[in-house]
Amino acid sequence: MKNDCSFIKLYWHYVSINVRSMMQYKTSFFLSVTGQFFVSFNVFLGIYFMFRRFPEVDGFTYSEVLLCYGVVLLEYSLAEMFARGFDMFPGMVRGGEFDRVLVRPRGEILQVLGSKFELTRIGRMIQALFMFVYGIVKSDVTWTFPRALTVIFMLAGGTAVFSGLFLIYAGICFFTLDGLEFMNVFTDGAKEFGKYPVGIYGEKMLLFATFIVPYALVQYYPLLFLLGRRNSLFYMVLPLLAGAFLFPAMGLWKFGVRHYQSSGS
Amino acid sequence: MKYLSFFRMRFAVGLQYRIAALAGAVTQFAWGFMEIMIFKAFYRADASSFPMSFQAAVSYVWLQQAFLALFAAWMMENEIFDTIVSGNVAYELCRPVGIYDMWFARNIAGRLSRAVLRCFPILAIAVFLPEPYGIAPPASPACFALFLLTAALGLLMTVSFCMLVYVLSFFTISPAGLRILFVSGTEFLAGGVIPLPFFPDKVRFFMELLPFAGMQNVALRVYSGSMSAGEIKRAVLLQLFWLVAVTGLGKALCRLAEKKITVQGG
Repeated sequence: MKNDCSFIKLYWHYVSINVRSMMQYKTSFFLSVTGQFFVSFNVFLGIYFMFRRFPEVDGFTYSEVLLCYGVVLLEYSLAEMFARGFDMFPGMVRGGEFDRVLVRPRGEILQVLGSKFELTRIGRMIQALFMFVYGIVKSDVTWTFPRALTVIFMLAGGTAVFSGLFLIYAGICFFTLDGLEFMNVFTDGAKEFGKYPVGIYGEKMLLFATFIVPYALVQYYPLLFLLGRRNSLFYMVLPLLAGAFLFPAMGLWKFGVRHYQSSGS
Repeated sequence: MKYLSFFRMRFAVGLQYRIAALAGAVTQFAWGFMEIMIFKAFYRADASSFPMSFQAAVSYVWLQQAFLALFAAWMMENEIFDTIVSGNVAYELCRPVGIYDMWFARNIAGRLSRAVLRCFPILAIAVFLPEPYGIAPPASPACFALFLLTAALGLLMTVSFCMLVYVLSFFTISPAGLRILFVSGTEFLAGGVIPLPFFPDKVRFFMELLPFAGMQNVALRVYSGSMSAGEIKRAVLLQLFWLVAVTGLGKALCRLAEKKITVQGG
């Protein structure tokens, strides 16, 4: 227990260092925040104009899709904010920086996690929040305690799934020494295509997103519960189950650390 | 002649990155596949609201993915930004060549070499996909010829726009903000997020007059014959007009920058 406490304390120390160093370049920070906002604003405009033409897609209306995209974007941005260190990990391996991590008397995961705290993702989160609130209001979601809980579970589970993907991306780096561009399909791609409920991509994609990489557990199924299309409480806890995705990701990482050979630079 | 050598050098360098290109092709293939699934869902929802045939939309997506390197505004050369920020651009300015033309040739070569490596694996698979999901052959030989012409013009336009950003970053020093604004605006207006025919008519009318429409939208639609002869003529003329205008502006700005340039450190 004492160990856990110091873990969290140390992590917040890392975060505060990161934030303070970022605040040394205030203009750059605000430009990046605005930039983050614009990039995902494009996706929003795309959805907006598609729904000017089509009234609904697979039974989902405009506001319901916005609700869906808002949640996914929040999940992804949270994961990116906290786990950006893993996204930047290829540079750490190639630069030999990871050798320094290994000789310190603290866990590697904590140190890599603390190496980067990406506050600029706030820009995207603000937008995600707007879409989310708009979606909630316009889709006539009547609030009940389980539904409010579902939203929290979705955010927690989704952040865990995306962090797991970053962790896998970093884990692979131990063997390839470089980031695999293909992993972008699972991270960036999921953010991009998570704008629509997974169900519209067809049966096979839904199966994949349920059992292989559990996107659907943090997006599609709880969304159905939130919109009142499914009533079983099972749908509510699915996002928490998705958090189990972290275990194999962690396994791969641990396996990678054991096989780490310094790049020598 | 000297610019041709720059072109050849850069093209040869670009062809070296084969594994990276293969990985890129796989990523883009997955991307294109998902796009098509979205179009399919909307087509299922309401086929009559679809502004083009489903097959034409599918061909649009595959061509877009296959030739991403030609038309994607965000694929700018980081090295050029780095030389401007670090001050190493001074060495380039010492050379007896025009910096605008040299960078122009270099960008064209970089994009072409990337596209050559990436387009074949994507197209090869897309051709063999079952009926509505694969890429259709061009509507007619004439359409194919026009596709090549408009694609070439589109590439020139994309590069001339990127040149504007490079040149402008002489003035702003840090290119980050400029770049993000430019890239996200262009992506959207060029039809990179959703094809231009999906926009409401009034919005679309203005978007087609803007230079961005000529970058990829024209070529990708000409291919499947979804534009009339009159529309094509107008689009090509617009492409030519904007190409001359944007290149002219870029060159003028470049001269101005060269006169006033302050090299940052060194």
